[in-house]
Amino acid sequence: MRWLLLKDLQILRRSPLQAVLLVLYPVLIAVLVGFAISRGPEKPRVAFLNEVPSNARISLSGTKLPSANVQRRICDKVECVPVHSRAEAVSKVESGDVLAALILPENLINQINSLSTLLPGTPKVEVIVNESNPLKASATEDKITALLAQANLAIAKRIAVEGSKYLNLVIKGGDLPVLGGGVHILGLRASAQILEGLEPALPKGPLRQALGQVTAFANEAGENLDIAGPLIERLAQPIQVHKVDVGGSSPPLETFAIAAAATLTLAFVTVLLVAGSLALEREENAYPRLVRGLVSPEALLGEKVLLGVITGLVVTVLMLAGLAIFVPLEWSRFALWIAAILVGGGASGAAGAALGAAAREVRAVSLLAFMVTLPVAFLSLVPAGTVGHGLFDVIKVITALFPFKPALEAITAALESGNGTLGGPLLHLAILILAYGLIARLALRRFARV
Amino acid sequence: MQARGLVKRFGDREALKGVSFEAAPGELVAVIGPNGAGKTTLLSILAGILKADGGDVDVAEGAVGWVPQQAALYRRLTVEENLLLFARLEKHPDPHASVEEMLELSGLGERRGEVVARLSGGNQQRINIAIGLLSRPSVLLLDEPSVGLDPRQRARLWKFVSGLAVRGTTVIFSTHDIQEAERYGRRMLVLADGEALFDGSADELREAVREDAVDPAAADRDFETAFVTYLQHRGH
Repeated sequence: MRWLLLKDLQILRRSPLQAVLLVLYPVLIAVLVGFAISRGPEKPRVAFLNEVPSNARISLSGTKLPSANVQRRICDKVECVPVHSRAEAVSKVESGDVLAALILPENLINQINSLSTLLPGTPKVEVIVNESNPLKASATEDKITALLAQANLAIAKRIAVEGSKYLNLVIKGGDLPVLGGGVHILGLRASAQILEGLEPALPKGPLRQALGQVTAFANEAGENLDIAGPLIERLAQPIQVHKVDVGGSSPPLETFAIAAAATLTLAFVTVLLVAGSLALEREENAYPRLVRGLVSPEALLGEKVLLGVITGLVVTVLMLAGLAIFVPLEWSRFALWIAAILVGGGASGAAGAALGAAAREVRAVSLLAFMVTLPVAFLSLVPAGTVGHGLFDVIKVITALFPFKPALEAITAALESGNGTLGGPLLHLAILILAYGLIARLALRRFARV
Repeated sequence: MQARGLVKRFGDREALKGVSFEAAPGELVAVIGPNGAGKTTLLSILAGILKADGGDVDVAEGAVGWVPQQAALYRRLTVEENLLLFARLEKHPDPHASVEEMLELSGLGERRGEVVARLSGGNQQRINIAIGLLSRPSVLLLDEPSVGLDPRQRARLWKFVSGLAVRGTTVIFSTHDIQEAERYGRRMLVLADGEALFDGSADELREAVREDAVDPAAADRDFETAFVTYLQHRGH
């Protein structure tokens, strides 16, 4: 077996393009995944025209509220490109320099302030998008709409807090700042106390009874308005989110991305190499000569799977080492990585052997390997709940028949503690090794046909 | 080598219908016949690639070297690497010495470091045969060895093969080239539709055509005409 292995490695070395692809491919994947998970999403460029005067403030009962910092809130989430006119904003959107433009008109604060008057206006902002790319335009519009919703919320919270302060003043009393000075407000509680003190001084009769009613009203109003304060603050954000995780051990996104990249590399390298190398034995007409007493078909299959596993192991570990530059990996679990890669590679190699034995020609095998591996990999990454129950059940059955998903589960579990158990996926992979090995052995019967 | 009553079926089709023959040491036997006659099937059974459904082959284990119709070589390996691989797989005690011997025998010593894909079809076939000889077989089976070779390469190939026979190797080869069979085959086994119609020398086949008395003149024309006439008289 070792001489056949040496021969296959010599052939691989003689195919510089193939060898370079085998090394470059995982390096490229590692760099791309590394950058993707370590840099976070780029902010969309949005032209921003703020025509609101800098000293304009939302006012409540004649008092100006502190700034809600709407511009800062928006520009934290998108890359704001300052523009000086609407025409400049439109021009930038049209040229593609920015994805969209957001214009806060000069009268925006006045319109907001009018909401508390008898003649309420409609505060509006303008969003300009380029519809030539509907997908991008829709995504940008959604992002800006979400940002404006956040800005609305911030303003509402500010108003609620201020409103709550005034309410407190009415209940408990205090000083109300007016025109640089202050006006003392007695407050409902103090009013009730004064009235209660006056009540015994009055003779029994209709006047004392009326005063009693006013005192009772002041007490009740104070108590009821006391609970209105928090209610007003809640109105700004009536629905709170309480997140409960019942999914058990979902791996962090970074670990999952690394495991997916590693599994994809392992699957492609082993399936393509084993399938192609086995088909090459037939294309070179060497198979009948080999199995004429030199090597048994089982040993030949074993050699091909071993070739795939060794190459897959080297390439995948190289890729993980490359990813470690971007993301810290738990090197203390290295032995578990190796176990997952070896068994996952073994199952992918056995599947490659079955493909190679069935297709028999290198070109057909390469095409078949891509046609099988790529869709199975995509299906394996479909999360539960994103498609209908019936369809997801079908996907589960299909992905269970191929090594990608259990290999992904094994590598995810091996990379980091708390990402599920390793035993189940390894057992699944072991069963697939046996099943695909048997299929490959049966398909090899056709190899010998003259 | 002795073959007795060999039968092979592929589904409903009977590819060999009880073929028997024998070959002595140093003999060059040409297996000829029209397409689908069963030549490759016969050689594959003798080589142990296919199992016969009936009959048996009497030959010592490991005594048969087999050279398939298309060169069974790794084209990305060099001449030497190919020979060394098969010598190692044959478990030769000194594989490097065996490689040297085969390089000398095939006359490709100077091209040992060349990748097989860059060699001519004739030279590839010589390596193909050299690999078949690595096991030092007493019987060498060649399936259409000269297909695709130019006349010069063919002449060089047959000089090489004849040399093996002179050294005592039994050579059994199939061919479509009737003139080649006459020139190099000491004996001819004519197959048609899975049956062995004739087993003898070229002169004996001409004599058989003459004895048919349908077109006796055909026996004195070229050997291909005599061969075709022989087949036609027997309904093939």
